[in-house]
Amino acid sequence: MSLSLDDVNRIAKLARIRVNETEAAGYQTQLNGIFGLIEAMQAVDTAGVQPMAHGQEVFQRLRADVVTEPNRRDAFLAVAPQTEAGLYLVPKVIE
Amino acid sequence: MTHTLKHLSTLLAQGQASSVELCQDYLARIQRLNPTLNAFITVDPARTLAEAAAADARRAAGNAGALTGVPIAHKDIFCAEGWLTTCGSRMLSNFVSPYDAHVIEQFKAAGMPCLGKTNMDEFAMGSSNETSFFGAVKNPWDVARVPGGSSGGSAACVAARLAPAATGTDTGGSIRQPAALCGITGLKPTYGVVSRYGMIAFASSLDQGGPMAQTAEDCALLLNVMAGFDTRDSTSLEREKEEYARALTQPSAQPLAGLRIGLPREFFGAGLSGDTAQAVAAAIAQYRALGATTVEVGLPNSNLSVAAYYVLAPAEASSNLSRFDGVRYGYRTPEYADLTDLYEKTRAEGFGAEVKRRIMIGAYVLSHGYYDAYYLQAQKLRRLIANDFAAAFQQCDVILGPTAPTTAFKLGEKADDPVQMYLSDIYTIAVNLAGLPGMSLPCGFDAGGLPIGMQLIGNYFSEARMLNVAHQYQLATDWHARAPQL
Repeated sequence: MSLSLDDVNRIAKLARIRVNETEAAGYQTQLNGIFGLIEAMQAVDTAGVQPMAHGQEVFQRLRADVVTEPNRRDAFLAVAPQTEAGLYLVPKVIE
Repeated sequence: MTHTLKHLSTLLAQGQASSVELCQDYLARIQRLNPTLNAFITVDPARTLAEAAAADARRAAGNAGALTGVPIAHKDIFCAEGWLTTCGSRMLSNFVSPYDAHVIEQFKAAGMPCLGKTNMDEFAMGSSNETSFFGAVKNPWDVARVPGGSSGGSAACVAARLAPAATGTDTGGSIRQPAALCGITGLKPTYGVVSRYGMIAFASSLDQGGPMAQTAEDCALLLNVMAGFDTRDSTSLEREKEEYARALTQPSAQPLAGLRIGLPREFFGAGLSGDTAQAVAAAIAQYRALGATTVEVGLPNSNLSVAAYYVLAPAEASSNLSRFDGVRYGYRTPEYADLTDLYEKTRAEGFGAEVKRRIMIGAYVLSHGYYDAYYLQAQKLRRLIANDFAAAFQQCDVILGPTAPTTAFKLGEKADDPVQMYLSDIYTIAVNLAGLPGMSLPCGFDAGGLPIGMQLIGNYFSEARMLNVAHQYQLATDWHARAPQL
């Protein structure tokens, strides 16, 4: 497998990272190097193997549907880049 | 300033020193040496000394615990209320955390003042500490060399005796590899033992916090504080609270009689440097002298661990790091035309090159049509790797090998070659994939005087026993007590 420049630009778009032309060429070389390392995986026959996400057999815990967090709206808004009237500000999305 | 936690705890208990005095000594040493080593991102003496004064007051009131008043440094991945918490990134270079991680809460409850926040690879992605937005950390044994990563600041500050201990996190070797390269002791617990709440996420199914200190005994004391069930981490394991120092025994003629040590043949092949191989062989001989027996074991799928890791970790990172978008916290680009422009420029400017590479790999392997070929295949390999360990533990109680293939490399040597950099974690990654506990402890020096680490890998929840296996070695040797001249 080898990534083209178009692939790199598509991935950058998916990842919401602005990449210029010079950078894209650099990423193409580096990502292809890393995928070269990853490809070793594909040769292994894993038919019938159960995928593993956690070392222990654990299940999602459930809890009572009650409020457990205190209201710390001001503390959390204080670290935001731009806020107004208790809300996060972003550029207009809907005309 | 060469004191262990255990010794500092005794000094405080006997009234020979106060927490304020200890913190002043460490802060003075940090002030003198940190400009050279760059081990800390943030030091806040007023805050540290206020915490120390509170610890002294608590002791005076008769409410001190074993470690009350003993200072510690925290990796800058742990959110600590009121402290700048950057994760080594420009993206969080202005983020003063409004809350405490579970681990930070635990250390506060124990009364341990924070000496500062330690430097690290950006978002814990790196093996040399060179990806930090705040500059590389220097190895205290040779400042032209890397300390390892990603917990490089924590390892360097303990090695340089700027702090008696530090916290770290380990996703693919980020506690053990820097511990080896800096000549200290570090433990990555069984996945799920230490809560990830407030520990900035990199790869959630692999990330695990753990202690870094001079000795295994100190690591046991720290793990007593860090470990524990926490409902706010959905993968935290609900278990009885353990006393991790319970298995530490006194020196005796054959303290490890009956212990079976597994030596995985895959960890002693091509790629292992001669000096490291020799030091580990000498450690094995030492263990036999302490009464242990050895058996060769196989981990035939371990050669696939790097490949599986570089699918799973970037995939999880691309998801976790999507939260950094310039809206709710951290960096925002100064100029933007619309919302997409804001996202794309904020992330292009806020993240460094290695983080962007990994997010892009993750975005690709999770994109439409590729999930089965990459993420699912990697999770299946993960099962095969865990099965290898399970089979090995039928034959042995603990596995021993090198922590890293070489000693500390030069700054810049691998910085432009991600693939070479990734291979420095070749012996540590499989442990994270299986979710097992692993530790690194000093076992010698190479011809150039750089420390060498050996790795112990235990079965699930065998930390207390592993800590005694390391402790007995440290009672019989003095590698862990050597410190660089600074």
